[in-house]
Amino acid sequence: MEVKNIKIKGIPFEEFKDNEYLDQHLAELRENGVNVAVGVLDDIINWGRSNSLWPLTFATSCCGIEFMSVGAARYDFARFGFEVTRNSPRQADVVIVAGTIVNKMAPILKRLYDQMAEPKYVIAMGSCAISGGPFCNSYHVVNGVDKVIPVDVFIPGCPPRPEALLYGMMQLQRKVKLDRFLFNSKPKTK
Amino acid sequence: METINDIILAKVPAALIEEKQFLTITVVPGDLRLLAKTVRSEGYDYLIHLTGVDYVDSMGVVYLVGKSTDMNTMLVMKTSTEEREKPFLPTVSDIWGSAEMNEREVYGFFGIVFIDHPDMRHIFLTERWKGFPFRKDYDNTPNELDVKSYDMPEYSSTWVNGKKGPEERRYLTFEEDDYVLNIGPQHPATHGVLHFRTALDGEIIKKIDVNCGYIHRGIEKLSEDLTYPQILHFTDRLDYLSSHINRHGLCMCVEKAAGIEVPERAQYIRTIMDELTRVASHLLSWACMCMDMGALTAFIYGMRDREKILDIFEATCGGRLITNYNVLGGVMADIAPGFQNDVKAFIKLMRKNLKEYHTLYTGNIIARQRMIGVGCLTNEMAVAYSVTGPVGRGSGFHCDLRKIAPYAAYDKVEFKEIIRTEGDSMARYMNRLDEIVESLSIIEQLIDRIPEGEFCAKTKAIIKLPEGEYYQRVEAARGEFGVYILSKGDKTPYRLKFRSPSMTLVSIMDKVCHGGKISDLVTIGGSMDYVIPDIDR
Repeated sequence: MEVKNIKIKGIPFEEFKDNEYLDQHLAELRENGVNVAVGVLDDIINWGRSNSLWPLTFATSCCGIEFMSVGAARYDFARFGFEVTRNSPRQADVVIVAGTIVNKMAPILKRLYDQMAEPKYVIAMGSCAISGGPFCNSYHVVNGVDKVIPVDVFIPGCPPRPEALLYGMMQLQRKVKLDRFLFNSKPKTK
Repeated sequence: METINDIILAKVPAALIEEKQFLTITVVPGDLRLLAKTVRSEGYDYLIHLTGVDYVDSMGVVYLVGKSTDMNTMLVMKTSTEEREKPFLPTVSDIWGSAEMNEREVYGFFGIVFIDHPDMRHIFLTERWKGFPFRKDYDNTPNELDVKSYDMPEYSSTWVNGKKGPEERRYLTFEEDDYVLNIGPQHPATHGVLHFRTALDGEIIKKIDVNCGYIHRGIEKLSEDLTYPQILHFTDRLDYLSSHINRHGLCMCVEKAAGIEVPERAQYIRTIMDELTRVASHLLSWACMCMDMGALTAFIYGMRDREKILDIFEATCGGRLITNYNVLGGVMADIAPGFQNDVKAFIKLMRKNLKEYHTLYTGNIIARQRMIGVGCLTNEMAVAYSVTGPVGRGSGFHCDLRKIAPYAAYDKVEFKEIIRTEGDSMARYMNRLDEIVESLSIIEQLIDRIPEGEFCAKTKAIIKLPEGEYYQRVEAARGEFGVYILSKGDKTPYRLKFRSPSMTLVSIMDKVCHGGKISDLVTIGGSMDYVIPDIDR
C-alpha cells in the first residue's frame, strides 16, 4: 500500500525550527558584557542541572503510558539525564503533566507544584494538557494546564510519540541552560 | 413451565412488560424493590449496569440485569419519577452490590437520591460542584476553576423514609479515633489518579473509602452532542490499554442498530487486533504489578515486549497507543504489507519470553508469598459486584464473553476460558499470563485465514439510529465493556453510557482489602489492574 499526496496541516518541514533562537538571543545579550566568573560558573551549574532533571511520577491518563514507555527499555530517557522518576514532589525538578487535568484535580496539581523545590519546570504533554484536547467542551475539564501552573514546554500530540516527548524534554534542557542560576533575584513562581 | 413474565406479573401486577432487544419491565418507583427482589430470586444475580436517564418530563433509571449462570439471559428494569427538584427512588444496593457505586454516580450526575442507600455522596464530582451535569437543562458551562486546596467531606449521609417524607441522616464516614491514611490521588501504586482514604488499625485495613473523579472528563455528556462517527475516538481514551476492544464495542453497537453489514475481512482483522491489544494490556499490567511489588526488571521486560505489539499497530493503524482503527462498517485501512509475518514473529517471540517471565517472577518465593492467599475474592462477591474479566475468572465466575456470546470471528476459533477458583492475587496474576497464551493461539489460528475482500463496508455519510435502546458488550482486557445507547432517531445519541469494567474492580477494593495488611493493598491493587480514566469516563 502506497501513501500518496500527504498533506499535513500546520508547519511545512522547512519552517521547523529547533529553537536555536534562544541561544542566539542570549549571545546577543552577552555581547554587552557579562561577569566572566559568574557567567562561566552559571554555565557549569546549568550544564549539570540540565543533565540531571528528574521528573515527578505524575500521570493522569493515556499520555502517562507513553511517558512510561519513554522510561522503559526502548526509549530510555535516562540517556539524556532524566535518570529516574521521583514519587515525591520534594525530590523532583520537573513535572510532566501527562494527561487531562479536570476541575477536581486542578487544586491537587497546584499543590504538587507548590510542594516542588525551586528551580522547577513544567512540561505540558499532549493536547489535553495544552488545551483540553478532545474534551475541551466538557464541563469538568480545565482547558489547558497553564491556567493552573506556568508551563515551560508544550508537547503536542494525542498522545505524543516517545520521540516527541524526548524532543520536548531536550528543549527544556536548552531552556535550563539559558537560566541565570546565580544571583537570580526573581523567583519563577507565578 | 412458568415464564419470567408470569412470575413477575404475579408478584407485581402493575408492571408493564415489553419485548424489545431484551425483556423490558417498567414499574412505578414504589414497586421497584419488589420487582428487584422477584427478579433476583429468579437467578438474575448479575447487575450489568445501572444508568440514569433524563427523559425531560421525568427522571428515570435503567437497570440491566443478567444471570451469572447464563450470561445470555438479560432483562431491563425501568423506573422513573416526575419530580425534578428533589427526585427520590428506592435503592437496590442491598440486592446487587454493584449498584452501590453506580447509584452514587447517578446521584452526582442527575441528582436522583436513592433512599436507604448507605452512603449517598458524590463520587466523581466534588461536594462544591453546582448543578447536575447530565440533566438536559444543564447549561454545560464549567464551574469556576478554583485551585485552592479543599477538605474532604467528613460526613456521609443516608436518606431514610421518615414521617414527612425522606429525611437525611448524616454520620461520620470514619470513626472519631480512626487513623486515616490517604493513598493517592498522586501515588504511583494507584496507577493514575485514584484516591483511597484508608482507615487503619495498626497495619490492618479497617475501611477504604474510594474517591474517584480526578480524571472525570464527562465523555458520556460530550457524546450527546456528537454524531456516531465522532464519538468513536472517545472510546480509545476510556480504557487506553484496550483501545481497540472498546472501539470495537461501540462500532458493533451502532452497526447492529443501523443494520450495517461488516465484511468478513474486517471481522477477522478486528479480532486479531483485539487479541493483540489484550496481550499488550496484560503485558503492561504484569509489568506494573511486578513493579509495584518491587521487581523493576519485570517492568523493563514487559514494556520491551509490548513495544513489539505497538510496532505492529503502528505499521497498520498509524498510531501506537490510541490507534483510531475501527470505524463504523469495518476498519480504517487495510492491514499493512508484512502484517502477517510480523505477527507470526511476535507470537514466536512471546511464547519464548513467557517462559522467561515464569522463571523470572512466578516461581520467586517472595512473589509467591506476597500473592498466594492475599486479597481473596469469593465467587459470590465477584458476581454480586459484577466483577468480570481475569479478576472475575480468578474467582470462578464464568464470564468470558468471547466464549459465551461470541462476536466478530470468535466463533471460528478454538480457545480455552481460563478459570481459577482460588480468588487470590496469584489466581488473577496467573490468569493474565495464561490468557496471553490463549490470545496468541487465537491470533495464530486466524492470521493465515484472513479472507480477501473489502475491509470496510460503504456507509451513509450521516448515520441515524432508529428510535430505541441498544446494548452491546465485548470482552475487554479488564472485563465486560458495554455500550448502552438510547436513541431518539437522531444522528446523535440521546443518552450514551459506557459500562466500565474497571469501576467494578475498584468498588470491591474495600471488601477485598478489609482485614488485610496495608502493604498488601499495593499487591491487590496491582492484581486488580484497574485503569482510572475507564472508571471516571
